[in-house]
Amino acid sequence: MKKIKASKDLHEKAKAAASKPATYGEDINLNKFIPGDEHPYQPDPSKLSTETKEKMLSAGIMLDDPTQRSGTYLQMDNSPIHFSARQEGVEVMAVSQALEKYDWLQDYLWKAVSVDADKYTANVELNDNDGYFIRALPGQKTIYPVQACLYMERAKLVQNVHNIIIAEEGSELHIITGCATATRDEPGLHIGVSEFFVKKGAKVTFTMIHSWNPETAVRPRTTTIVEEGGLFMSNYLLMKPVNTIQMYPTAKCVGENATVRYNSILVAVPGSNIDVGSRVFLNAPKTRTEIVSRAITTGGYIAARGYIEGNAPDVKGHLECRGLILGEKGVIYAVPELKGNLAGIDLSHEAAVGKIAEEEVEYLMARGLTKQEATAAIVRGFLRVDIEGLPSMLSDELKKAVEASEKEVM
Amino acid sequence: MLKIKELSVAVEDKEILHDVNMTIQTGETHVLFGPNGAGKSTLLMAIMGFPKYKVTKGSISFKDRDITGLSVDERARLGIGMSFQRPPVVRGVKTRDMVAACLKGRGDGDAIAKLAEKADLQDFLERDINYGFSGGEIKRSELMQLLAQRPELTLLDEPESGVDLVNIALIGEMMNDLLEKNCPIPERRCMGLIITHTGHILDYVNARTGYVMCDGTIGCVGDPHEMLATIRERGYNECIKCYLGRIPLHEEN
Repeated sequence: MKKIKASKDLHEKAKAAASKPATYGEDINLNKFIPGDEHPYQPDPSKLSTETKEKMLSAGIMLDDPTQRSGTYLQMDNSPIHFSARQEGVEVMAVSQALEKYDWLQDYLWKAVSVDADKYTANVELNDNDGYFIRALPGQKTIYPVQACLYMERAKLVQNVHNIIIAEEGSELHIITGCATATRDEPGLHIGVSEFFVKKGAKVTFTMIHSWNPETAVRPRTTTIVEEGGLFMSNYLLMKPVNTIQMYPTAKCVGENATVRYNSILVAVPGSNIDVGSRVFLNAPKTRTEIVSRAITTGGYIAARGYIEGNAPDVKGHLECRGLILGEKGVIYAVPELKGNLAGIDLSHEAAVGKIAEEEVEYLMARGLTKQEATAAIVRGFLRVDIEGLPSMLSDELKKAVEASEKEVM
Repeated sequence: MLKIKELSVAVEDKEILHDVNMTIQTGETHVLFGPNGAGKSTLLMAIMGFPKYKVTKGSISFKDRDITGLSVDERARLGIGMSFQRPPVVRGVKTRDMVAACLKGRGDGDAIAKLAEKADLQDFLERDINYGFSGGEIKRSELMQLLAQRPELTLLDEPESGVDLVNIALIGEMMNDLLEKNCPIPERRCMGLIITHTGHILDYVNARTGYVMCDGTIGCVGDPHEMLATIRERGYNECIKCYLGRIPLHEEN
């Protein structure tokens, strides 16, 4: 198996952090999980088993008709089993292979995410790992998204992923990532490190759909660096059961006029423990951000975090956290945080957690909707996040994914 | 026909309406006057069937059917519609969705566009219902939904309050459409019950009967125009003293 190896210094740092717990989320015993088997490379992914393809499709990955995609990357456990690009100017491959091709790529490893952030980042460095390398060359604009699937085939396994995404100057890159598991009820641990580099004037949209099983533990670690005039837009959808997920993806706006948007839709069923936030550092003048999250619990626990820090003049940020408690036992803990380190910044937030307002249900019922129809319309409305700037094809797919899952919520 | 018989209604265990009687014949529009706190809105809410408004005595029947025990949506589907004074904002539910729900498949996108044009709310269809709407926009949006719903009994709670002079004509026109003002009386099937403070609305609708309500009971029944003239001239207190033989309770405190 090929493996991504960082410099010796970084490796040493990782070793030192091997048992360092994360700031948030329950601590996971890494020894409970086993390393992965190797899976063969699959030149034609449409030849994967129907069952696998269906699981991948539930996370937005289309393998039978890839014409609507400008590239595909598939990773099964820790083996990249397919990668291909359909559009000129877009590179899609395993990071292990990209490192052989480009000497300079070594400098990007652990540049955005700290290798010693916690035991999960360290575990990725210290064990078998691979991930996707997606790059748009300068000025190249993708029309269709690149799709990437991180698939957990074997039970009780730890999947170590390390992704590098680079949008070179003036490029435009759309990515849809789907994560899924083969088993319905076996435990597994997914650790996904993703480092995004959005160069000057580039635009990246990143749509991530999670379709785990009720026993999966998930610890993504993502940081995005956005340069001058760059735009990074992340849309995250978690509507299927999961055992525990904790992530706090972070974006750093380092160049003037950089913009970051995060949208998250989170659903916790009984037994799910979700601790998800979005964090943005506005480090250069006139940078902007908007963070929107919608959380629904039908009995699980959700911590919906948000953090914006203003470190330069004329920055603007807004954070919106809304939670809906359906059913008796769910918990939503909304934690919106703002930090301004100088004058001349404009940061704001709004947060609301509650049940469906009786008054709203009755209003719709007075128009002739039954109680059930009225409740459904309100929940559907709650989950409707209009995402400005997302290509219509992707927003349609996101809408479809929400609709496909909303029945289970109601 | 709407028939209310000896209706008493309590809100949070406190009786607000006492022995109210009212009959609205098919095709008629009636007007309800009364000072603040008289129980006018409570009567409308009880007719619509909101669970907070508990009928403790008497009955409501509509189209010869006792509806006292029916839920809000059952009453709506039977043909009762109501404009809300202060409707809630429902985030993510678009104005278009509300109009479509009211149409219940009886019209397509074109029908929705026409109704929006009529209410001068073309730019509001893709907005969350009532979100950031002004007072006048809320009134127009409520009437637009009712026009889509086409109820046989329309309940309007102060449709003219907070509406400027330009908009009041538009609102009057929409109400006329709802209440079939331009339709010959024998052919009218729509009924209306309108709460008004100012009486401006009488310039726009054909109201046949007026009521003065105070302290949860209906006193005077008569010609609404005459009633309005008296109320304007002497105030509610005089009007109520006349039928109660005492000053109204809310004046005692």
